[in-house]
This record gives sequence, C-alpha cells and structure tokens, in this order.
Amino acid sequence: MTDAVQLLVGTRKGAWIYRSDARRETWRAEGPLFLGQIINHFVADPRDGRTLVMAASTGHLGPTILRSADGGATWTEASRPPAFPKGDPHGRAVDHSFWVEPGHADEPGVWWVGASPPALFRSADGGDTWDGVTGLNEHPRVLDWFPPDGGTPDGAILNQVVIDPRDARHMYLATCSAGVLETTDQGATWRPLNQNVRCDFFPDPYPEFGQDAHYLALAPTDPDRLWQQNHCGIYRLDRPGERWDRIGEAMPPEIGDIGFTIVPHPRDRETAWVWPMDGTEVWPRVSPGGRPAAYRTRDGGASWQRQDRGFPAEQGWFTVKRQAFCADRADPLGLYIGTTGGEIWMSGDEGGAWRQIAAHLPEIYSVTAAPLA
Amino acid sequence: MISVLIPSQLIAYTGGATRVEARGATVGEVMDDLDRRFAGLKFRVIDEQDRIRRHMRIFVGQLEARTTNAAVSDGGEVLIFGALSGG
Repeated sequence: MTDAVQLLVGTRKGAWIYRSDARRETWRAEGPLFLGQIINHFVADPRDGRTLVMAASTGHLGPTILRSADGGATWTEASRPPAFPKGDPHGRAVDHSFWVEPGHADEPGVWWVGASPPALFRSADGGDTWDGVTGLNEHPRVLDWFPPDGGTPDGAILNQVVIDPRDARHMYLATCSAGVLETTDQGATWRPLNQNVRCDFFPDPYPEFGQDAHYLALAPTDPDRLWQQNHCGIYRLDRPGERWDRIGEAMPPEIGDIGFTIVPHPRDRETAWVWPMDGTEVWPRVSPGGRPAAYRTRDGGASWQRQDRGFPAEQGWFTVKRQAFCADRADPLGLYIGTTGGEIWMSGDEGGAWRQIAAHLPEIYSVTAAPLA
Repeated sequence: MISVLIPSQLIAYTGGATRVEARGATVGEVMDDLDRRFAGLKFRVIDEQDRIRRHMRIFVGQLEARTTNAAVSDGGEVLIFGALSGG
C-alpha cells in the first residue's frame, strides 16, 4: 500500500502540481501556475503539510517569493523578498532566488533561501519578509568564496541549504564556488568543508575552497552521512570526519561520475541514486551516449547498478538538473525525475522500472515530492 | 500628477490597468508612489541598489531614464517597458 503523492514542479516557464491516486498510478495535472515565470524551486512545508513556497522571477522582472498557505488554492507574494541591504559595499543585488528550504522542525515559520549572487536569506514569518544572514553575506572572505564573475552560466549561486534534523544551529550550504560550507551557530560563523574534493579547474586540484558542490544530501536515517554530487565527482563523508571519499570512482568509467544531483534513500543509509551526465570534452551535460539511466548504490558507494528499464534505449539526450530528482517517502519508495526536455518520469519500485507520467512541459528546474494531504 | 504606462509584465499588480497616475519629482519617487498603492511592483523593476533592472526600460516622455534620479515634471508621462530578454 502506498500513499497519494503530490509533485511540485518548477520550470523555466511556470509551475505545475501533479497529484496522484493512492497507488501512484494515475496523475492529475494542475497548472500552469504563474505561466512565464521562472520557477527555480517549488517546495512544501513538511511542518504543516499545507504551505507551499516557490522562488520566482522572469526574464524582465526582479526576483520574488510566492507563498500559499492552503495547499496551492491561493497565493500571495512576499511583502519584502530576499534583497541585499541598500548601499551594500559590494553593490550586490539579488538576481534570483535559487533554493528554498523550510526551517528546522522546531522552528515553525522559519524559511531559508539561497540566492544568486551567492547569499543566504532567512524569514521568520513564513516567507513574508526576508533578511540577509550577515555572518555569511558580510563574511570577510565573501568575495574569495563567491567571486563576482564566478559560477554557472546563469550566474554564481548558493544552490542549497541543508539543516541537520537534530540541531537547528547546524547547517550546511552547497555553493558553486566555495564548495560546502558549514555552520554550527546557525549562520554566525562558517568554514569550508571540502577536504579531498577535487577541482579539475584549479592549479591546486584540492584547495580549501573553490569547489562546485552541485548537490548535498544527508542520509535521513543517519544525518552524519553526507552524500555529495560535485562538479568533479560523487563523494561521501561520514561525520565527524572531515575528508570526503570519492565514491564515484566505482562508477563505470564509460559513464563517469559527473552529474547534478544525488538522492539518498529515506530509510536506508547505504542506498542512494545519481543521474550521470556527460562531462567529457566540452561538457555536453546530456545523458551519456544518449542512453538515459539512473545509477544506484546499495553499499554506500562501493558499487553502482544501472537502472534504465523504461527509458529510451538510444537517442535520449535529456538530463536532470540539481533540484529535479527526488524520492517520496512511500513504501515502496517512489523516485521522480524532471528533465531538461520537459518530461516527468517515475519509478514505483526504487528504480527497477521507469515510466513517463508527463511530457511537453517547459524545461524542468525542480521536482519535489510531498504527501498529498 | 504623472501618467504612467504599465507594461503587460506588471498588470498583475495594477489590477489589469495599463495606465495609472502617480506623484513624484523623479523616476524613483514615482516608483515609490506606485509601490505604495501596488505593493511589490517597484522591486520587480528597480533593484535594492536603486538600479533599473537589466531588461526593463523606463522613459520620461521620449527620453530614456538611465537612473532613478531622472527628473519628472508634473503633468508629464513615465513609460515602463519590458525590453527584450530572450526566448
């Protein structure tokens, strides 16, 4: 027996909600919501099961945060979206909010946003008003960690906020130019956490910071286990250790270990999935060989198995971006990807077989799964 | 009063109106006045450092305003456009 799931889908041209039946066999689409707005991230609040929040901008207009307190029936805009202080010494202005994170379970109403240019913002009123986290945004090394011209083609990003479920003060950030940063005082102080994570694009391939941490995830059953899909490989770190292991070296060499995202199993600390992309020559960032597949490890990254049943056997050139691969918490576990080609695929058996449940959407940036209340 | 042309990208804020009136002696003051009535509109056109956003264009009459300090005369016209921003 499974439970009904809703998928919150953010795309380059608006948002959609897909709601399943209790067996996850049929899916009903609602949308588009905010057609034409760039939705980088669209998430539900696990603390109340009703609040939805998305990060929005358009090609013309500045960035904002949109909120629904009733499961998506009605929406309001943040009255004070994330923004740097007027007169910021570095002249920064938020180009877009990239990542939206509900706060710790003990802090209802608290939300976090990671932005471009890289910066961290916090709301204590359910996402209505936002303030910069000065411990990071005004850190003495902020321009070393986040060079003004560094980062991705869409601009440098603070691409992820990860909170230790045991301690609201303990947080990690994934960034495109300083790798992983850690705080144990909820953002007052920060330090890089990048030992043994490679930078192929630096003279010193193992610097203190400079890495491009595409995605970071804590194992839900063991928050001391960190999984990372980096620009330069797949890594794992077991705290209190400090040195990452490149577990992607066990991937098939013809596939490699480059990708945007990694998804841990919600009930098994040894299991996780990645979605490899082609990082050779000029970095096409497509499914290697035009044959899309997930890869799964069930032994902490010591070995990986290909999972491609249902996907095109050839001429499938999509890829899956940072926020567009997720798991629900049902049993058996459901996995979901949103593709750069506007398709949503799911597996109801932990990756054993995949089927397309939506197509013809705009380029998908974000897919998150939440229980359907 | 200043007559302000509202582009399609912003009519969600003005209840569908494409022409509204505002007060102010500069583009920035006109935008502040608009924001008091249409909360959130200004930030989507002007960033937190008071710069006109890259893909927005503001004209005072026939002249393009490069900054929010551009002067506006009572009885004049401010035109806000969404410029080209890609596909």
